[in-house]
Amino acid sequence: MTVVTNNKWIGQRTIRPDGMDKVTGRAQFAADTNMPGMIWGKVLRSPHAHARIKSINTAKAEALPGVKAVVTARDIVDFPIEKGAVMLGIQDMRWMCRNVMAREKALFPGHPIAAVAATTEAIAAEACKLIEVDYEVLPFVIEIEDAIKSDAPILHEFNKFEGKPSNIAGRLEHKKGDIADGFKKADIVIERSFTTRPVHQGYIEPHACLISVAPDGKTTIWSSSQGQFMVRAMTAHLTGIPQSDIRAIPAEIGGGFGGKTIVYLEPLATLLAKKSGRPVKMVMTREEVMRATGPTSGSKSTVKIGATKDGKIVAAHGTFYLQAGALPGSPIRGAAGCSFTPYDIPNLLSEGYDVCSNRSKVAAYRAPGAPIGAYAVECVLDEVAEALKMDPLDFRLKNAAKEGTKAAHGPTFPRIGYIETVEAAKASDHYKAPLGKLQGRGVASGFWFNAGGESSAQVNITEDGNVVVTTGHPDIGGSRAGIANICAELLGIDYRRVSVIIGDTQTIGFSNLTGGSRVLFASSIVVTQSTEQIIKTLRERAAKIWEIDPEAVKWEDGAAHPVSPNAGQFPPLTLKDLAEKAPAMGGPIGAGVQLNTTGADGGFGTHICDVEVDVDLGIARVTRYTAVQDVGRAIHPGYVEGQLQGGVAQGIGWALNEEYIYTRDGKVDNPGFLDYRMPVCSDLPMIDCIMVEVPNPKHPQGVKGVGEVPLVPVMAAVANAIYNALGKRFYALPMSPPKVLEVIDAPETRQAAE
Amino acid sequence: MAKVHVTTTINGEPSEFLCEPNDTMLDALRGPLGLTGSKEGCASGDCGACSITVDDNLICSCLMLAVESEGHELRTIEGMAQGEKLHPLQQKFLEMAALQCGICTSGMLVASDALLKRNPKPSEEEVRFWLAGNLCRCTGYDKIVRAVMDTAAEMRAQ
Ligand code: FES
Repeated sequence: MTVVTNNKWIGQRTIRPDGMDKVTGRAQFAADTNMPGMIWGKVLRSPHAHARIKSINTAKAEALPGVKAVVTARDIVDFPIEKGAVMLGIQDMRWMCRNVMAREKALFPGHPIAAVAATTEAIAAEACKLIEVDYEVLPFVIEIEDAIKSDAPILHEFNKFEGKPSNIAGRLEHKKGDIADGFKKADIVIERSFTTRPVHQGYIEPHACLISVAPDGKTTIWSSSQGQFMVRAMTAHLTGIPQSDIRAIPAEIGGGFGGKTIVYLEPLATLLAKKSGRPVKMVMTREEVMRATGPTSGSKSTVKIGATKDGKIVAAHGTFYLQAGALPGSPIRGAAGCSFTPYDIPNLLSEGYDVCSNRSKVAAYRAPGAPIGAYAVECVLDEVAEALKMDPLDFRLKNAAKEGTKAAHGPTFPRIGYIETVEAAKASDHYKAPLGKLQGRGVASGFWFNAGGESSAQVNITEDGNVVVTTGHPDIGGSRAGIANICAELLGIDYRRVSVIIGDTQTIGFSNLTGGSRVLFASSIVVTQSTEQIIKTLRERAAKIWEIDPEAVKWEDGAAHPVSPNAGQFPPLTLKDLAEKAPAMGGPIGAGVQLNTTGADGGFGTHICDVEVDVDLGIARVTRYTAVQDVGRAIHPGYVEGQLQGGVAQGIGWALNEEYIYTRDGKVDNPGFLDYRMPVCSDLPMIDCIMVEVPNPKHPQGVKGVGEVPLVPVMAAVANAIYNALGKRFYALPMSPPKVLEVIDAPETRQAAE
Repeated sequence: MAKVHVTTTINGEPSEFLCEPNDTMLDALRGPLGLTGSKEGCASGDCGACSITVDDNLICSCLMLAVESEGHELRTIEGMAQGEKLHPLQQKFLEMAALQCGICTSGMLVASDALLKRNPKPSEEEVRFWLAGNLCRCTGYDKIVRAVMDTAAEMRAQ
């Protein structure tokens, strides 16, 4: 496959197709739609962290004037535990059916117990209070340390680990060589343990949906998610309505970052709509989002790295315990599989443990698991480099994975761009800039698998000779702009003539989630193939009109031309000409392609972070930041940079401030944006991006996923920078002011800083 | 509860609506007034997605009671463009990719407009502190700050 390099639109900062709607307030997000006759749904949630549900009495709620329907777990399709896993993507429906509505037990404060639909939100909320639930309150456990103790309260008795009931729901390992042998060869070995707190994806748009079910069962869902097909399938599984009867219409999505790859409200609203015969709207409050939707895991990791004097890593061992929350499924694959991957390490053992505890079920968060693992690994690497008196980037270069390196999780790398990111970081002005007092610089690298998977596209030429592209992936950060650039490039027309829309489940073919950094990679493959089919049709039509061989017609600059004067002398036939002639020449022009795409190469990034520590307030401020990443090919550089900058900002929040704090009775104590403090505009500097472009040879435009990698290195880069500023290492996140002050106030730190 | 009748001016248009006494201005905008450009991200004044101006003062509409709008002049995102002509800030946000998901964009634009009306030549620090009440989880703010500063420079040059 040849990668086109001389482009008119690819690589241009074009205006995104959905931009106008979004700057004028017209764009319809999940909560922006209403329907005649619509009523409101509300969820009754468990006040307990862990309790057996003995009985639920909804009679009083149902009797309240204005209440139209009440549903409980009894209305949700059960997936019995003992019948084994029923997988839908990475989700086991046995856990999903228990997550959307508590079944045998309430497993975290905020766990749905029942849902009510009423004529107003206020009546629905009032009715929730009238539902009588008889709970048998059980001891609970939240932190990993407590959950893996032998006498810990067990969330799921059926879950056995090493033969005994346990909260450890799974283990995974990646292995290469023999670590015992490897560590024997090491001149220096450093082993450290780390903890991170649960952090929320923090999308600004709360989950919301509007659902209508006709008497014949035909269901229409408006909701924002990272996959309308996921919404349809999950809702079908949990309500028993066949997928062919559910039209899931993707609203604009106000951020997801992985957190909208599962459903919470849609099955409940569907059942309420079915029971009541009225369209039902449900919108979560911010508090519900924080209490009951997936933050990522808290973690506990130990990383041991051994290297020889000349700076070669000879062995590494990582153990990563991740909180799954109420039901199994923490992202141990990302933690164990990504953390060591930038490096060529001959002897490696990377283990992940999935630990259940009484907090909300984890949901994906940008490169799920990978930032947690990379934080530990990249901090230890910094210590090893220091002990070896090596520049940390030189140390990384010396051990860098490259073409031919076999990663512990399986693949042997094709041509990858990791080394280029380290070299670009080293060559940057930032890396050479001087630092002042109480300032420090840290570096770190990161990897994410990236993904291909199923995508569908339909490209149609309109009667007036313009283009409509329909794909099946919600656009979360500008993917429509990338698709417009590619389609315009291939057709040789102005990008403004290409309209890109996201189809609903009944109008476009199956398309997997917007997630894993797969959307532009996968959708541009199907859009490219569809457009190429159209170009073939256009050439055939021109050939027919000119009465020459189709092979003698080329498509260039938006028109058909004879390949050479020998082929004949004809004035070009433009897209517009051929669209006008279409009815007489064989009919409408369009093509659709559906594929399970492959060839998504992993992504690598290397970051440089400067901090300045205010020793009186304990505030570590990021003063300069550079993210370097191998982006394959930047189809729309503005939105690629945006991914880098957004990921970095989230990582800075994770490193310095964000954390779930729990009360003594196991409730989230900071379920709002005031107390769960995400970075605000005045907390951050500009975030510089260096996009290294090592095109993916398996993609028609050279695209690699870019969205996840930028979060992976950040916490380690910040931690290493703080160490450099203070001479003190932190082994726990967040490095928030009280924790930084604690270290600063230790006498030895004061002296060192002065 | 009996509904309250409120007469106000929104985006220069005389408007009237009915609301509950405890409805917020954001409820009224998104409900009876059908102006869903203002978003609810938190309902506690922490995210700024519902930013509007009331008599030229920038506020979170989720923190104001709808009945308080009686007799005041409100401006929302829907009133920012003049017909087909975008406000320079809107144009610049598009050109500079200063939005990703776009849920914060209405609030960011309304807040930025309020800043430039008061301070046509803000420093980067002034922009950052003015917009500190508007959360954006997608962009890392970089392109937003640049777009506001570039717009200010362009507007000054005109
Ligand atoms: S663009 Fe998504 S929150 Fe700002």
